Amino acid sequence: MTKAELVEQVAQNINLTKKQTETIINTLFKSITEALRDGDKVELRGFGSFRIRQRDPREGRNPKTGETVQIPAKKVPFFKAGKELREMVDS
Amino acid sequence: MIKADLVDTVYQKVGLSRNEAAHIVEVIFSVMKEALRNGEDVQVVGFGNFKIRQKRTRVGRNPKTGEEIMITSRKVLTFKPSRNLRDIANGKVGRPHEAPLA
Repeated sequence: MTKAELVEQVAQNINLTKKQTETIINTLFKSITEALRDGDKVELRGFGSFRIRQRDPREGRNPKTGETVQIPAKKVPFFKAGKELREMVDS
Repeated sequence: MIKADLVDTVYQKVGLSRNEAAHIVEVIFSVMKEALRNGEDVQVVGFGNFKIRQKRTRVGRNPKTGEEIMITSRKVLTFKPSRNLRDIANGKVGRPHEAPLA
């Protein structure tokens, strides 16, 4: 399912145009993105939670040349599915 | 941030009642869940992809007791953040999530 298909299906279930629905869906993902940017976690009951995981710096290796390279510390957005969604997916 | 905060943002952004905003947010997540339940991926450009992966049966170990146990085959949900979201998480500017649909 792409975002366009999501917009389409949501619009069918509510009393709004596709354009309005698209604005709302964009607002929603933008809002989650901004929360994560600010280091906040986002907990959505029945769905799951988003947060930022901190990765330590480490030594990596260029697989082609065998050369050792430093991989800097970084932050990785992480999603954990909630219980309801986990069970739904596995049924 | 919890769902109520998302509802507030939607409510302030568009001219809807708070109840309508709450309903729409519920519908958005339930449409996504329904797709995932059917084994379908959900791809949100500029945000990330939700994907179902099939895991095979494997032998695991109870880390406390050392006892070996069978972990049954199962389906799990993974989220792969988009380049945009990873960049934003690391303080790079990134594109705001306003790109119109093609």
